[in-house]
Order: sequence, then C-alpha cells, then structure tokens
Amino acid sequence: MFDMAQAIALTIIAASTPLLLAAIGELVVERSGVLNLGVEGMMIVGAAAGFAGAQLTGSAYAGILFALAAGGVLSMLFALLVLFFATNQVATGLSITLLGIGIAGLLGQGFVGVPGVKLDAIAIPLLSEIPLLGPLLFRHDLLVYLSIALVAGTWYLLARTRLGLTIRAVGDNHASAHAIGYNVLAVRCLAILFGGICAGLAGGYLSLVYTPQWVEGMSAGRGWIAVALVVFAGWRPLRALAGAYLFGAVLILQFHAQAAGVGIPSQFLSALPYIATIVVLVVISASRRSASGAAPACLGQPFVP
Amino acid sequence: MWLRLERRSGRSAWMALLSPAAAFALTLVTGAVLFLALGKDPVAGLYFFFVEPVTVAWSLEEVLVKMTPLALIAAGLAVCFAASVWNIGAEGQFILGAIAGSFWPVVLPDLQGPLILPLMLLSGILGGALFASLPALFRVRFGANEILTSLMLVYVAELFLDWLVRGPWRNPAGLNFPETRPFHDWASMPVIGADRLNIGFLAALAVCLLLAFALSRTFTGFGLRLSGTAPQAARFAGISRNGTIYLVMALSGGLAGLAGAMEVAGPIGQLRTQISPGYGFTAIIVAFLARLNPAGAILAAFVLSVTFIGGESAQIAIGVSDKITRVFQGILLFYVLTCDVFILHRLRWVRPVRRLAGGS
Amino acid sequence: MKLRHLGALALAAAFLSPAAGLAAGMDKAKACFIYVGPIGDFGWSYQHDQGRLSVEKALGDKVETAYLENVPEGADGERAIERFARSGCNIIFTTSFGFMDATNKAAAKFPDVKFEHATGYKREHPNVATYDSRFYQGRYVIGQIAAKVSKTGTAGYIGSFPIPEVVQGINAFMLGAQSVNPDFKVKVVWVNSWFDPGKEADAAKSLFDQGVDVLAQHTDSTAAMQVAAERGLHAFGQASDMIKFGPKTQLTAIVDEWAPYYIERVQAVLDGTWEQQATWDGMEDGTVVMAPFTNMPDDVKAMAEKTTASITDGSFHPFTGPIKKQDGSVWLKEGEVAEDGVLAGMNFYVEGIDDKLPQ
Repeated sequence: MFDMAQAIALTIIAASTPLLLAAIGELVVERSGVLNLGVEGMMIVGAAAGFAGAQLTGSAYAGILFALAAGGVLSMLFALLVLFFATNQVATGLSITLLGIGIAGLLGQGFVGVPGVKLDAIAIPLLSEIPLLGPLLFRHDLLVYLSIALVAGTWYLLARTRLGLTIRAVGDNHASAHAIGYNVLAVRCLAILFGGICAGLAGGYLSLVYTPQWVEGMSAGRGWIAVALVVFAGWRPLRALAGAYLFGAVLILQFHAQAAGVGIPSQFLSALPYIATIVVLVVISASRRSASGAAPACLGQPFVP
Repeated sequence: MWLRLERRSGRSAWMALLSPAAAFALTLVTGAVLFLALGKDPVAGLYFFFVEPVTVAWSLEEVLVKMTPLALIAAGLAVCFAASVWNIGAEGQFILGAIAGSFWPVVLPDLQGPLILPLMLLSGILGGALFASLPALFRVRFGANEILTSLMLVYVAELFLDWLVRGPWRNPAGLNFPETRPFHDWASMPVIGADRLNIGFLAALAVCLLLAFALSRTFTGFGLRLSGTAPQAARFAGISRNGTIYLVMALSGGLAGLAGAMEVAGPIGQLRTQISPGYGFTAIIVAFLARLNPAGAILAAFVLSVTFIGGESAQIAIGVSDKITRVFQGILLFYVLTCDVFILHRLRWVRPVRRLAGGS
Repeated sequence: MKLRHLGALALAAAFLSPAAGLAAGMDKAKACFIYVGPIGDFGWSYQHDQGRLSVEKALGDKVETAYLENVPEGADGERAIERFARSGCNIIFTTSFGFMDATNKAAAKFPDVKFEHATGYKREHPNVATYDSRFYQGRYVIGQIAAKVSKTGTAGYIGSFPIPEVVQGINAFMLGAQSVNPDFKVKVVWVNSWFDPGKEADAAKSLFDQGVDVLAQHTDSTAAMQVAAERGLHAFGQASDMIKFGPKTQLTAIVDEWAPYYIERVQAVLDGTWEQQATWDGMEDGTVVMAPFTNMPDDVKAMAEKTTASITDGSFHPFTGPIKKQDGSVWLKEGEVAEDGVLAGMNFYVEGIDDKLPQ
C-alpha cells in the first residue's frame, strides 16, 4: 500500500515538474508587468531544440542547454516586439506561440521516431537513504531539483532582494518606477529572458525526461496551464509550487480513478484540471477583491519611456 | 547613440495605409529566405502559397469556404478586443454553438421543415453567447481574468462534445462510432457557388460590414472602443464597464456559436468529435491582422485562408512540410504588429543627454 | 474449328477488347494518400506511409505517389480529398474513419477516380471500397504471451476510445490470456486520444503503479514502451515495431502491414480490374504481422509462433466459442465462430473483464 502511494507520488512529481518550471518563469515575467502568452511556443521549441541537441552531442545535459537557449532566444524576439516596439502583448504572445510551434516542427523533422537520450536520476548520497522519504524526495533528475531551487530562489529574489523590489515596482507602477530612475525596459527584458529560459527548460524536460523522444505538439497545452497556474498562485512562488503539484496530481489520479473502476465518465476526469483551474481562479480572485489586489497593476500594459 | 521609439503627435494616415502592405511584403521576403534555407525554390514556393490559391477557380472557392467561419468569428472578436476584453475561448464557444444547433436534428429528428435551419442557427448563437457569458460573469463578479477562464472552458467544451457524441447523442445505427446521426436535408445550409460555398459566406460578409458600421458609427460602438482604450474616460461618460464586458463577450460568443452551427449544418452534416481545425484560435490571429476592424476581418480572413490553401498546395507541389504554414502565419502577424506601431510612433536617433547638476 | 474452340476464341477476344471490364488498364497510375496524423508519429500514419513506399518500390515507374499529412477530418479533409481527385490521382486512400463521408462525397463527384477508405463502412458509390485489418488476431497472440510472462497475473491496457475496433482488441487480448491462465486480469484506462505521448506515459505509469507488470496499448506513440523500459517491465508495441524504444522490453508488436493490400489495389488500377469491395484482411493476407518475439523464454516464443501460424493458415479464429459475455450470458457456443457483423459493432466485454465499458 505504501509502495503504491510512493510510486504514485513519484509519478505526480514527474508530471508536475514541467508545469512548475514554466510557471515559475512566467510568474517573474508577469510580476514585472508583462503578460507572456508565448509560453507554449517557447516550451515546444525548447523541447525540439533540447532533443536535437541531445541527439547531436549524445548528452542529455547538453540537450538541457540547447533547450534553455532556444526558449531564451524566442523570448528575446518577444521582448523586442513588446518592449522596443511596444506591441500588444496578447497578440504578440499568440504569434510567438504560433511561430514556436512551426519552428519546433521544422527543427524536429529529422528526429521523429528516434528514441531519446534520457536524463538520469541523481540520488543525493545519504539523504536518499532515509527510509520512507528518502527515495521520494532525494532521488530525482537534475531538472526536478532545479525546479524546486528555482521556486526557492524566486521567492527569495522577489521578497528579499533589491532586484526583486525593482521587478515588483516596475510591475505595479511603471510610470513611477521610471520616474525614480529604474530602467523599466531593461528589467522587463531580464524578466522575459528568465521566463523564456524556464519555458525552454520545461520543454527540455518533456523531450529529455518525461517521454524521451520528439513528437510534434508534444507540449500539449502545458504552456497554457502554466499561465493559468501563475494566476492560481496569486503570483506567489510558493503557491505556484503547490498549484503545480495539485495539477500534476489531478492529471495522474484520473487514470487511477479509471483503473479503480470509479464510474465517472473519463471525459469528465480529463476535464477536471481545467475545471479546477477555473474554480480556483474564481475563488482566488473573489477573495482578493477586498484585499490589496494580487495582480501586478500594470500587467499587460505597454510602456514607452 | 541609439534608436528610440517616440510617440507621434497624431496618427500617421499614410502609415495606416502602408503598414499592412509593408507587413505583407516583409512576410514574402522572409518567406523567400525561409524557402531558400530549406533548399526549396523560393519563387515556386511563394507561387503555390500565395498566387495559386487566388488564380485557380477551385482553389479560390475553397479559400472562400475556409474564410467564412474565420471572418465571422474574427468580426466578433475584433469588437471584443477593441473593448479590451480578451476572449481567447472562441473555440469553445464555436463548439457549444455547434452542439446547441445540433440539438434539433439530433434529438428531434422528426421535426422537419424550412424553419429548422433558422432554429438551428439561432440556437447556435444562443449557445455560444451563453457559454461566453461564463467568463464574463467570472470577470465581472469575481474579477477573474477572462483570458484564462475562457481558455480553460475551451478544453471543457471539447470534452463535453466528446462525451455527448460518444454517449447520449451517438447514432444508434452507427456501429458505435462516435458521431451523431447525419442531419436531414432541412438541416443543411443552402449552397451557392459551384458546390461547397454556402450562404454562410454571404452571412459572414454581412455581419462583418454591419459590425464595422456599428463599431464606428453608433454610440454603443463608440462606448465600447472608449471603454477599451480609456476606461477612466468611459466611466466618466457613464459607460458601464460591466455592461460592456457582458455585451462584447456575448456578441463574440454568439458569432462564434453561429459559425459552429453553420459548420455542422454545412460542410460536416452531423456532430462528431472533431468539428473544428482550430477556427476559434485562428480567428484571434485574423482579428489582430484586421487590426481589430470587423470590416478588415474580411480581408484578413481571406489572406489567412490563402495561406492555408496555399500551404496544402505547396505540400504536394514542392514537398514542403505543413509546418511552414504556421511559420508564415506567425511571421505575418509579427510584421503586422510591428508595422502598426509606426502609425502612432516613430523611430528616432537620440544622443544621450547630459543631465545638468542641480536640476532646473 | 470446333464450336468450343470458337467459344474460347470469342471469349478471349472479348477479354482482349478494350471495352471489357469496368475501366481500361493504364500504363502509369497515380496513387494518393491522405493521412490524419503526421507520418512521423511512428504509429498509424507512419505505417500507412510505409505501405505507400512499398508500392513505389514494388511498382517502380508504373506508379507515382503523393501524400498529405496532418489532414483534419471535416471540411479540410473534404478539400484535401477533392484536391487530390482534381490533380490526376487515379486512386486515393483515405486512412482514417473520420474521412468516411468526405470520401463518399468526393466519389460522387469524380466517378473515374477510385477511392479506398480505411476502417469505414459506407460504400455509397461503385468507385468506393473499404478496407480494414483484423488487428484483433494479433491481440490474441499478445494476450497469450502476457499471461505467460506476467508474474502478477494482471496486464495493463491503454485504450484510446471505446469504439468497436478497440473493444475487439481488448476482448481478443483477454481471450488469449485466458487460454493460458483463466484467472488473468486486465486493467483498462482510456486516454481519449489516438496519439498523446505525455498522456500515454502518465497512463502507463499509473498502471504500473497499480501493480501490473505487462502493458498493451491501442494508442500510437512509443511513450508507454519507454516507461516500461525505464521500469524494467514488459510491453507490446502497437502499429509499428517499437523495439528501438525498448530493446529489452518489447515482447513483440502488432505491425500494421498495409503493403500487400496497397500493392494489390494499385496493381488492379493498372490492370483495369479494380472493383468495389469491402476487405477485412488479417494475418492470412499478410496485413497483420507480428514483430519478432523477443525478451521471452523459448517455450513462450514457441507457443506464440504456433498460435500465429494457426491463425495465419486459417485453422484458428480467436473468437471461437465457448465464450460468455461479461454479464454471464452465452455469446458463442462451443466451436461457434463470431460473425464479422457482430465484431464490427462490438460493444460488450467478454467474461473475466472487471471494468465497465464506457457506453
């Protein structure tokens, strides 16, 4: 019984990690006031580039670098448009997603039907020997550890550092931040780069760990779930962690419900993650109304200095 | 010394005209480069993508068929986006409209007659509008971001359709395949043109022009646009933001639902698990390409449909992959967005200005 | 000349004259293929494309082929089919159930073009044929293997959609397993997609976490095989040989081999002998092929080969009574063989399967 619970928990962690990686990046981007709907495109180019890189170099770790670079490059294209040319962020994000899907398809064309190089799990010595919790917490691949580290790092950055303060200021009131002397565009550019790298990493996780292969459309809408997660988390890193794992759990448990013979139509179970997002979104937004507001006030508004 | 974007004092009229042409030209150039990079003949590539679809009669009719749902949905979305309400869930509203419209021929197949089609289309509008009211409700009552709620509802709609078509609405004579009974003849869109173009095309054109008129010449339309660009001013003018949100969501949802009902009454002729190749999302692109002008949606839908038809043609003729179509569309949108910036802004070289100490 | 020689001569003359037969033969044919997914799916569409390549290889200069991939069902599908019909294709293969109505509509408009629709049942015009493959035969074999190889006595089954073809597969799998171990169990989960590697991986992991140790799938990606490989368990490939994705994991795969059928039909167009038919080929015709039996003990391999041979030579039909339905009622009596019509609309499980079939 416990073994099964542990096995399920491990599967949930794996399902949640790409969501978490993409969400934490998008969280920082949105905190700086930019709405990036191109996460899905950045994720999938990361998946394609990561796989291609791993095949060409023979190393999955090299693949990770390719993945994050691809996400980063695409995000810079996004930054050029929304920061320098001050275009509409929603439209630009959508075109990046479109472009990303197309480019990823082209990139990955030669790699279809090829078994991938998988990232190995790294067992942290000593800690992973702890009974019960050891294998659950300390025997994962690099990207899982990285995702947790990123959450911790982002929390610290936003709450305790000067740079974090700057990011939040720029996101809440870019006019005032500019008047104080902060370089709004530069801060946003950095944030977008971080977001792109995280989305690329998430994609790399998909093609290097989750299902080590390349297929078209393999991101399967996870980028959108990541965007939803950020709102779900109220733009707070620790809540993003909780949200990602909750989502991963819903994704996995639907199969267990089926296997256990729970008589709910499978379409309803498949729809649960999305319905859950809506419910949580509504609840969170409703409770925030009276509070000092959760969304960065300048989210989505272009800034021309 | 660097380049800076600076706001113009007014609108550059000639840039407004030049911008789409420039964007298109840039797309062609980039496309040619792309073809070269893939080792294909750029002239042939561009020919099959952009020229063949409009010069061959059959291809042209196919472009018109494809653009019908796109233009219809995009017109509604243009109005919605102009009011700064971001309905990303048109795909889901399309599906709900198709389901609502299909109720009549599927559940009451013995009800026949010339009134059935209008009933279906009306139900489609209602279905889409009601479904779109959900994100509107969540936004108005709870402040939930409509981009996400409308998007999540797309997945819900798709799964609901899947359940319906596999379960309660499945064709009893269909060997358990996931589709409804085929619709009877009263539930079909009348055909014009050679064989696949139906009156939906004319309806779409009419809607686009009507909405363009309403948006630019009526007070409601003015109110919507003001609410979108200057919400404070709109509030002072007495225009209710909440009312605006409900109105534009219901409008765009209703039009998407109408497109859905027309699609199942027209080319598909039944309800099945896959009824849309992503019209709702493609229409978002069309709306932006049309620069949020419903009349422009006609041309934008036309151009985008050309890329779809052309892409297919190019696949067969020069062996280029179907992903190129998406890349083209992304690039086109890119350039349109960028060139449009120059209507209200200009680029200028600036020298760093030395600040005077002590301020003055 | 004797009368019968005269008769023979007249007969021969009749056959040789160009007016005989539905359509005259031709020197070169254009065969066109419509795929619902990418040929890179390494599953359903990939195998159809392999069939197309075999046609090119077998018929050389006498055939020219073309294909369109990622064609959505619906209005776009109709357009794609018509595009092919207009561009000089002599025979068009539409490889997904959802193209059924579009294929028939196009056939009405282009009476000189031959249309072949996979897995469908409507043949509304004389130039439409349908074809399908008895994948369930392969399922019986892998069911037997599963029951022998499994240590926990339970197999996992990743289903796509509860349509007759998939239900046939699950039932045949179970019957094969029961022939070895009457208490064998199978757990079915539905991913509601033909091809979604992420979801298939999730489903595979969930099944393994539940305690199954051998996996079968009716979905097209190799993700489940990879999960099985990672965990050191066993799995069966689907549609194509997936051994590359699980060298120590794959027991065998049910390979969709369309080449024999495609070559035969294109040749018929060349000869002018193409006729409408409804084909349901199987192992005996070479359209269902088992990938080499690997990663199993020799006695299991021998058993599998024997079963395959007996299905191939026609001496054994997987759906042979006595078989009871899940509700306990008798479906097939001793020695009775299932009718194709019942199989084509199959919507019930056989006895021994605990899950409820989604209705």
